[in-house]
Amino acid sequence: MMLAIIRRFIRYFKSEILPVPSQLFPVLFCTFLFFLPLIAKNSYLLLILSFANIYSIFAVSWDLLSGYTGQFCFGHALFFGVAAYTCAVLNLNFGLSPWITIPIGALTAVAVGLIVGVPCLRLRGIYLSLATVSFPTILLGIVFAFPEQTGGELGLYGITPLSSPLCNYYLILILMLVSSFIVWKIVNSRIGIIFQAIREGEVTARASGINTAKYKLLAFIISGFFAGLAGGVYAHWMRTVGPSVLTTALSFQIITMVILGGLATIYGAIGGAYIVTLLTEYLRFTIEWRVLLYSAAVAVVLICIPRGILVWLRDRVEKLCPKCKKRNLFTRRLCRSCGVNI
Amino acid sequence: MTGGILALLAIGMALQIGVARMINFAHTAFYMLAAYVIYSLAVVYGLNLCLSAAISVMVTLVIGVVFYWLGIRPIKEHARSLLVMTVAIALMIQESIVLIIGSDYVSTPSFLPGYITLFGVRILRQTLLTFGISLGILLLVWMFITRTKTGKTIRATAQDAEMASLLGVNVERVNLTVMVISLALAAIAGIIIAPLLLIDETMWERILLSLMAINVIGGLGNIKGSIIGAFILGYVETMVVFLMPMGAYLRGAFAMAVMLIVLTVKPEGLFGIRVE
Repeated sequence: MMLAIIRRFIRYFKSEILPVPSQLFPVLFCTFLFFLPLIAKNSYLLLILSFANIYSIFAVSWDLLSGYTGQFCFGHALFFGVAAYTCAVLNLNFGLSPWITIPIGALTAVAVGLIVGVPCLRLRGIYLSLATVSFPTILLGIVFAFPEQTGGELGLYGITPLSSPLCNYYLILILMLVSSFIVWKIVNSRIGIIFQAIREGEVTARASGINTAKYKLLAFIISGFFAGLAGGVYAHWMRTVGPSVLTTALSFQIITMVILGGLATIYGAIGGAYIVTLLTEYLRFTIEWRVLLYSAAVAVVLICIPRGILVWLRDRVEKLCPKCKKRNLFTRRLCRSCGVNI
Repeated sequence: MTGGILALLAIGMALQIGVARMINFAHTAFYMLAAYVIYSLAVVYGLNLCLSAAISVMVTLVIGVVFYWLGIRPIKEHARSLLVMTVAIALMIQESIVLIIGSDYVSTPSFLPGYITLFGVRILRQTLLTFGISLGILLLVWMFITRTKTGKTIRATAQDAEMASLLGVNVERVNLTVMVISLALAAIAGIIIAPLLLIDETMWERILLSLMAINVIGGLGNIKGSIIGAFILGYVETMVVFLMPMGAYLRGAFAMAVMLIVLTVKPEGLFGIRVE
């Protein structure tokens, strides 16, 4: 029994994963991430990669709401910040452990998603984007106005850490893989098709008998949950929560990541989060030039490859078979499964 | 005073939204750029104030048009990429300013020093000048848009770009004209506010939120609405800062709350026509 499963897995690996770079590369990359702590000498790299993983969860949640459902949210930091502050307040005031506060934080973000989603149901396009910007800014004003409870400009610090640094790395990595897998499953299911139908034409979707209001709210809820998860983990991992988790700058950073990687592709969001995080860290040696170079790089990518770096790369190394729609390596002349000349 | 400056910036933004169909987050970055250019010319190099004001407008126009030509025009079709692009442009301007001038608070000398006493309240002459100039320019822009032929083509493009282009309007050139007008308005706003404010490299972010709120209140792309919205929001913000406890922190939040209420109750704005 066990042997049969392993054999089937090996056959699948040989036929479906090995010949296609877009399948092989993520597998190799995940393996690399899992074994990295064994070879990495400095823990600083692990810290940066954990950052990239948290941003990945956050970016994937934004991709679900804005890339797939088309509800272009400009204030996604709201979910992140609400969950982070919830975790911080619960942990500091009631001494709850991270294992309780993080789920509560994520659920609070879900509740906020409902509250935000309801007024946003009527709005479309630019109006929706502007409305979503307003929520985190209002909350930020409240945070500054009540410094006793929220720490004001300095923020809250001294939050209980998750566990040891190495464990944190693995926890965050596994959480990232699991949550992006769940989101990937959702967007490839029937619900995902409905989300994309809403993006392509809300009126058409409604005419086909889809309760668009329900599914838009659902998108807000799912997206809020994963963004809240990222926020809660961030709070317990950084051990301090400041007003920076609610700023529009954070929302923009996430949007930049997803658009750089490729909109409405889960792998694009993760890749974008890694590219942006590593780029900003790598550019730290020129601290004054960092933001300038970074924004210039964003501008160049937007002009030259508006569909996103990873989507562009994938189209370079792979060809789609015109007959059976399977992906092939760009060097092949014939399709690997049906033998048609590509 | 705040209302006048906000109105100058808001019309520029309304023109861009209405005619070029783009929300330009970099708009206030050009306002900051103009303020910094006049500072560096007048204070660092010691030029005549009026001369440096004129140069400052020119410099802002040139830089703005270059950014429009290189960055915004090629991706105008992708509305989402465009939003990110305008933010990237704003960040580039901000960082270049930090690199060249530094991130200290600076300020410029007044065009008109001294103050006058009006109903027992001391008012800086510069404040009056700022208010007067902004009102005058608002009037000029209004005349330009409603009375001249170019203004007519701008309004036609705002109503229906495709139809206007079929009737022989060069939409590309109209877009560029709108861009130049709004850049000039932003530059003038930056110049006349420079003596009254401390200039720093984040001033564009703070005013951007108010501007978005104004444009929503007046109806996106509606010029008349955005002028009225600017004066409403200018007074409301001032009242919030002076009357409420912790008002200075709540200013942005209040603007956003007003915007949110308008969006949910009357999404087309107080004076707008619904734009899809």
